[in-house]
Amino acid sequence: MTDQDIRAVVAQQLGRIAPEIPFDDIDPSEDLREECDIDSMDFLTLITGLGKELSLPMPEADYDQMRTLDDLLAYLGSRLT
Amino acid sequence: MPSLGADMEDGTLVEQLVAPGDPVQRGDIIAAVETQKGAIEIEVYEDGFLDKWLVPLGTKVPVGTPIAVIRASDVPDAPQPQDPTPPAPPPEIPGTHEPAVPPAPPEEPFAPPEEPSAPPPELAKKDRQRVSPAARRRAAQTGFDLASLNTDKVISLDDLPRGTAAPQAGPLSAMRQAISAAMTRSKREIPHYYLSDSIDLTVAEDFIAAYNADQPPETRLSIAVLYIRAVALAAQEYPEFNGYFKDDHFSPGEAVHLGMAINLRGGGLVAPALHDAATGDLATLMARLKDLVTRVRQGRFRARELSDPTITLTSLGDRGVAGITGVIFPPQVAIVGIGTPALRAAVVDGTVQPRQIANITLAADHRVSDGHKGAQFLRHIIKRMQHPEQL
Repeated sequence: MTDQDIRAVVAQQLGRIAPEIPFDDIDPSEDLREECDIDSMDFLTLITGLGKELSLPMPEADYDQMRTLDDLLAYLGSRLT
Repeated sequence: MPSLGADMEDGTLVEQLVAPGDPVQRGDIIAAVETQKGAIEIEVYEDGFLDKWLVPLGTKVPVGTPIAVIRASDVPDAPQPQDPTPPAPPPEIPGTHEPAVPPAPPEEPFAPPEEPSAPPPELAKKDRQRVSPAARRRAAQTGFDLASLNTDKVISLDDLPRGTAAPQAGPLSAMRQAISAAMTRSKREIPHYYLSDSIDLTVAEDFIAAYNADQPPETRLSIAVLYIRAVALAAQEYPEFNGYFKDDHFSPGEAVHLGMAINLRGGGLVAPALHDAATGDLATLMARLKDLVTRVRQGRFRARELSDPTITLTSLGDRGVAGITGVIFPPQVAIVGIGTPALRAAVVDGTVQPRQIANITLAADHRVSDGHKGAQFLRHIIKRMQHPEQL
């Protein structure tokens, strides 16, 4: 899976939760949940969706490595590419 | 047209999900009604057949107006030639929501499988405009005129201008009007008193982390379910905080239907009920909570969920501020607020330790209880949260 593919899946899953925020407007170095106004329930929905789409376990202990969009993409990339 | 809150005067029938002659079962969703708070699903309370619709689509009618005629299955002259027990959709049993079945996604609103009694042709186009619940809600929040979209396709969020629903000059949105009406009434009629304390959430957070460690994301718990269960059990123990104050007297609730204050993207707030929040295991409660939050954020909830919470919980989650003191939703008599937990130095067994601490508050109705009882109620919640394995 390429970085581009991963990006597309993340954009799609985020779009389901925060449809009014254009993916390209998200500052990739800022806290993703702040950027998209995602609460813990939305975040769990995001993690669930990504885990299903990408067949990854997404353990809760790794949430700290998914803080920003850059972090999240790097985390997924390191497990899929 | 059911009343979905003391402030509701009328509603617009926007979806008829069952055709005349079709069987219905208690718990089926048969219609959707547009109110100030969004699209509300209407459940049927008995088994039988839908005889006919009395209100055309797109019509606004006052609360109390009959919307449809349901004929009981055992009425001998039921006009349907059909066998009265055809396969029907499984009934929605309150308290046992099937979490695996998501509600219709916003892009695909529920639609009747076939046209029920065709509306007059000139009405057909305008009133049959199909709009996803999320799009309907944004239109209501931003004041966008859906009729200006001249299309036969289902209108989804993508068809609407992106609006952040920033406060605008001019009349209040329907959502703000609904909140304003309920909160103004609360502040006018309910003599609130307020209590607060700290709650140590270290044990509860450790319990959740340990539970979630070997769970896939879809079955993980959120600490909110512990809040919900602890408040519900305390409300059972202290019935003067659970129920309604109506007609100059208090009626305790028979069960705890916990109103969850849920904020909506783009603004607004609703507090629909998680029914029977004191019963069932935590996994089921979590599934029901997720189902409720998802549906509410898509602009779909059920009539009963809006009208019958017996006490409300408002939690600021993990990105909020230290504390919240709620405003009671009439005709309820209490609201519990939990702030954002933070690591603080606390004295435990004589030593200073880092602990996860949150602020917890109670706003309650002085017509029904006093601070002494309120303090016992609040302490009960705090105590329960120290034993999450017993929740």
